[in-house]
Amino acid sequence: MKLHISGVSKSFGPTPVLTDIGFDVAQGSRTAIVGPSGCGKTTLLRLIAGFVEPDSGEISLGDRVLAAPGRSVPAHRRGIGYVAQDGALFPHLSVAANIGFGLPRAGRTERIVEVMKLTSLDAALVSRYPHQLSGGQQQRVALARALAPRPEVVLLDEPFSALDTGLREQTRAAVITALERSGTTTVLVTHDQEEALSFGDGVAVMMRGSLPQSGSPESVFGNPGTAEIAALMGSIVLLPAVRFGNEIDSALGRISVRHDRSAGAESVSAMVRPSQVSLSVDLTHGSALVTGVRYIGPTAVVSLRTLGDPPIALSLAIPALQAQSLAVGAVVGLKVDGGAVLYSASATIH
Amino acid sequence: MVILAIGMLIPVGYVIEATARIGVDELATLLLRPRVGELLGNTVLILVLGVPITILLGVGSAWLVERTDLPGRRFFAILTVAPLAIPAFVSSYGWASVVPSIQGLGGGLLVATLAYYPLVYLPALATLRGLNPSLEESARSLGLKERAVLLRVVLPQLRLAILGGGLIVALHLLSEYGAFAFIRFDTFTTAIVVAYQSTFAGPSAASLGIVLALLSVIVLGIEATARGRARYAYVGSGNARPAQLVKLGKFTPLAILALVTIATLATVVPMVSVIRWSLATKPEMLDGLWRALVDTSLLSLGGAIGAIVVALPVAWLATRHPSRLSRVLEGGYSIASSLPAIIVALALVTVTLNVAPGLYQTAATVTAAYVIIFLPRALVTLRAGLAQVPESLEEAARALGTPPLLARLRVTIPLLFPAIAAAGALVALGAANELTATLLLAPTGTRTLATQFWSAASSIDYAGAAPYAISLVLLSIPAVALLFAQTRGRTR
Repeated sequence: MKLHISGVSKSFGPTPVLTDIGFDVAQGSRTAIVGPSGCGKTTLLRLIAGFVEPDSGEISLGDRVLAAPGRSVPAHRRGIGYVAQDGALFPHLSVAANIGFGLPRAGRTERIVEVMKLTSLDAALVSRYPHQLSGGQQQRVALARALAPRPEVVLLDEPFSALDTGLREQTRAAVITALERSGTTTVLVTHDQEEALSFGDGVAVMMRGSLPQSGSPESVFGNPGTAEIAALMGSIVLLPAVRFGNEIDSALGRISVRHDRSAGAESVSAMVRPSQVSLSVDLTHGSALVTGVRYIGPTAVVSLRTLGDPPIALSLAIPALQAQSLAVGAVVGLKVDGGAVLYSASATIH
Repeated sequence: MVILAIGMLIPVGYVIEATARIGVDELATLLLRPRVGELLGNTVLILVLGVPITILLGVGSAWLVERTDLPGRRFFAILTVAPLAIPAFVSSYGWASVVPSIQGLGGGLLVATLAYYPLVYLPALATLRGLNPSLEESARSLGLKERAVLLRVVLPQLRLAILGGGLIVALHLLSEYGAFAFIRFDTFTTAIVVAYQSTFAGPSAASLGIVLALLSVIVLGIEATARGRARYAYVGSGNARPAQLVKLGKFTPLAILALVTIATLATVVPMVSVIRWSLATKPEMLDGLWRALVDTSLLSLGGAIGAIVVALPVAWLATRHPSRLSRVLEGGYSIASSLPAIIVALALVTVTLNVAPGLYQTAATVTAAYVIIFLPRALVTLRAGLAQVPESLEEAARALGTPPLLARLRVTIPLLFPAIAAAGALVALGAANELTATLLLAPTGTRTLATQFWSAASSIDYAGAAPYAISLVLLSIPAVALLFAQTRGRTR
């Protein structure tokens, strides 16, 4: 069933937290909401879960209205699973009792075994208590507990942020597999753009209480609606540019336009990702001064400053072996592949 | 909630009403007497001298047992908290029977500071255990010497514990009756009981009560000002990494001597004296003991249950839905509860006689007094307990299809159980040792351990009082042990 959210606003006292939020999550799909901390994404999740009621707007699941002005289905009757940031496992209950918490007595044991298998939890853990589990196990138990009553939708609130890097990758993979196998519609909130881009079918960008863009991970990353969104989704190089037909001229030379988001503005900025930029011996397109080289194991981060006015700083990661010929103070040629996205210069940050 | 708040505000209302009833002119004639001046001098002196001494004893011993390489730290840690199990009036009786000449301000100071310093010791110990050792390590790496680390890093963080403990000691000093009456040290509280016994709830008792209530409010105000905007931070259950211990070196014998002296004066002298008297107890003196034990248990249990029932919703509001209402309620409770027990008792006598004579001198009134007097103990414990149960657990239960009330019952209450038990034990301990309100309010014929002890001891029947004293101490031990274990972070 489709999760549908439209026109949802919420204030805490005089502070507006969410304004006119609308988006859809298709049945069985996975959507990540990404935004900086304090942008209201957790509040949005709590509105969907039913812990908080919206001031206006509507939340529905299939043809069932969950929240609308004046009425709200309480959290325990929504059939929406929720995994909190810290897992929120009941410390006084064993793993089995935690997972079985929301299950009817009949068939409880069977279902506990089933979801433990689904979430790749070792059956030997059933009688353990939460404090005897590792962080990754705790998160998987929390997911198993949320999936056990077969909810229509499951909500994940930064479920991996408390884990350290290695464990995070591993737990994320296990969670995605479990969600895929169970076919549950999922909404994840995160401040980590990589996590959002790799999580699933859809990404919604949240900023200052509204959702300026949502779509497939490719479109949000490749065709961001504003330079601010572009910067949120990964590092960018923003270049003052002059239109030249279907191309632009910039400090990095002539670049084709992949998407024009400038709405025909007079002065424009061109956005390229550092990963599109490569070093070349040809100085005719664009050139820059090497200001620093820093080695991080197999890669080298080369800091550059373009020669034009104003100078633009950028950093490129290249294989360490290729950086050995670069000395600070040298001038190198630069080449951009894949085209730029144009924004109106007056509307961009910087 | 509102009815409960009104109930709690009876003592405050009584003070205001009494002032209005007596009138300013008569109040002035009643109060502007040399006798009142003498009482005021005594009361202020015991506060001004007693509070710093208890802070010194409490913080000093907490630091010695928690942060130094003192041999036998665990033993001393327990020995130092032991006086908490000995009611101040029992300790006073012990001293008075050993040193009959003990009296006046000096005697009052000796008995009261030794009885009350654990009230500073416990919060100081808890804070020292909860301090992050990396703060001290950072200070050392910035070049501070041991002494400077103590003064500039450790002590400032103990501020809240010192202020909180000091406040409790000050309020205890204001409301202490038995311990001071024994050694003929007159304060407002002892004078009020005397006035009550001679003229009942007349204007002279009431006028003294007004001054005593004002003194309590002043003490509250001083503490609030000193505390400023800082709040009583939750102290965690200790750090995984223990702090580095200070080496006492050549001061070790001195430290041991100090702790042994405190323990001897605070615990050994009174207990040896009580036990010595009990050897002289004749079997027929034990007749009332069983009855007193039952009465005490019933009344204390009633008080404990009452206090938890009242405190739970307030603690809930304060931690889960902090609002203006919850703060006003809490503030009202804390003022009502910091009024000395004698004021609460006078208020309840006046109210029951005027409004509901049927309740005068009934178990219900005594229980109500216990609830009012000991509510802060329950409130503080329950708040800390609730703060440890994250709201997200209840939400998780609701997201799993459990209705809110059932979620509370299945998740929060089981997790809160240790805190409820601790709160109940603390209130029951207080109630079992309570003397003034019980003397004034208990139904005729009710005999609690404290009142029986008092009637025997105040008629110099030291041998007859001893079994009650021992029973009071034995009854108090579990609650003190619980409190101590909580401080050391062993529960949960």
